[in-house]
Amino acid sequence: MIIFKNVSKRYPDGYVALNNIDLTVESGEMVFLTGHSGAGKSTLLKLIAAIERPTSGTITISGQNIAQLKLGAIPYLRRKIGFIFQDHKLLFDRNVFDNVLLPLQISNFDNKTVAGRVRAALDKVGLLKKEKAMPIALSGGERQRLCIARAVVHRPSILIADEPTGNLDIEYAQDIMSMFTSFNQVGVTVLIATHDASLLKDAEHRILSLKQGKLAV
Amino acid sequence: MIRAWLMQHGFVFFLTLKRLIATPVTSLLSVIVMGIALSLPTGIYVLMENLSSISGQSASSPQMSLFLKLDIKKEDIERIKQRMEEDSQIVSFQFIPKDAALHQLQQSNGLADISASLVRNPLPDAFIVHALENTPENLEQLRVAMQSWPEIEHVQFDSAWAARLNALLKLGRFIVLMLTTLLSVAIIVIMFNTIRLQILTKRDEIEISKLIGATDSFIRRPFLYFGAIQGLAGGATAWLIMTLTIRAMNEELGTLAQLYDFDLQLQQLSPSDSISLLSFSAWLGWLGARLSVASHLWQIEPR
Repeated sequence: MIIFKNVSKRYPDGYVALNNIDLTVESGEMVFLTGHSGAGKSTLLKLIAAIERPTSGTITISGQNIAQLKLGAIPYLRRKIGFIFQDHKLLFDRNVFDNVLLPLQISNFDNKTVAGRVRAALDKVGLLKKEKAMPIALSGGERQRLCIARAVVHRPSILIADEPTGNLDIEYAQDIMSMFTSFNQVGVTVLIATHDASLLKDAEHRILSLKQGKLAV
Repeated sequence: MIRAWLMQHGFVFFLTLKRLIATPVTSLLSVIVMGIALSLPTGIYVLMENLSSISGQSASSPQMSLFLKLDIKKEDIERIKQRMEEDSQIVSFQFIPKDAALHQLQQSNGLADISASLVRNPLPDAFIVHALENTPENLEQLRVAMQSWPEIEHVQFDSAWAARLNALLKLGRFIVLMLTTLLSVAIIVIMFNTIRLQILTKRDEIEISKLIGATDSFIRRPFLYFGAIQGLAGGATAWLIMTLTIRAMNEELGTLAQLYDFDLQLQQLSPSDSISLLSFSAWLGWLGARLSVASHLWQIEPR
């Protein structure tokens, strides 16, 4: 469960990205976050992974206050979360397999099981045949799917996606949305920020709308 | 858990080796620079060790000659012997009666004629004393003590020579220490800069690793390994330079020694000194990397 209480975020330059946000996301829920660019969607998602820290308020994830988290505890929080970044943040000096391997190396997984896990994740996103390819050789949609594979390979309980369908055509976008739905069906809490109205039309999930740093009801 | 930890370290170790091999020229150059820097103090150290062991051979049981007064009686000699046996500073002594001394003099080349012309034996009875301690201070103390014995005419011991050698060795050790300190700092600086450049080129990797939950120690580890391995390679290079140099010098010394009819061979670095050199250089590399990582990694915070 993710709970925001009176959360505000003001950047050092004075820009207020989030203003007094109250929000609860239940475990296993799938939630969409919409709003214009600059409405604070990215900031809200980054607060959950402690990539940004709130100026005021409390953020609680499974009973733990993220706003007060010590620096040394942040890595362990992030291991519970799978984050799909807007700019992908792939490593271009290693192949698809090694990109997905990274989270497992980081959390000290046993070498015997990692290869199986990586291939399972690649299989889920349909990239199994490209495990030896370098990210530079992948299309935009494939890179997005690689990013998803990396986000789920360590089986996080929370999945966060920032504009996952950003520059993709509608067919690809639908594909990716159905992947998220299937992760949600096995109990993963999913938060997706998007400005893509076409994705929301037939979604049967809760939609939160941000406007100038405030939640619109 | 421990197995996973070991695997992690093994993985990083081989990853680091791979990175070193991936840039062979750069790696080789910095290893050679470190090796040369380290071989300088190591070389002086080796020479010092050899010098002190050569001087140790003659000074480890330093000899003093005690000349007794000419009118000495037999019981006086017995008394001196007893006194020497009780003195803990004296390891061993040898009595040389004046007749034996004269006989020895007659045997020696060139002096036989002179000694044959002597009417009576002008030589005193004498003792040769080997002292336990070989520091100049102790020897001087012993000399003064024995000089005060009533039966003794003169104690001969060139403590000045030992003192000079000792001062020279002290100076040498100081130079070794100075050079080691300065060149160690230089090596740390080299490593600091190498790692700084590496951190810059691995910026993306560090940032992404942080974003997906890497601890600081996980991020530091490859850089520390890199520093330690390169330091170790630098130490090994210094060791190789020294070993080959000493071997070459010994060949030259061999010819020289043959001409002058004495035996002089430089000793190689002892196994324990070699291990010290290697672990010290690895530590230096590690330290340079550690300092660099500490001052650069915090700047890379994902946003």
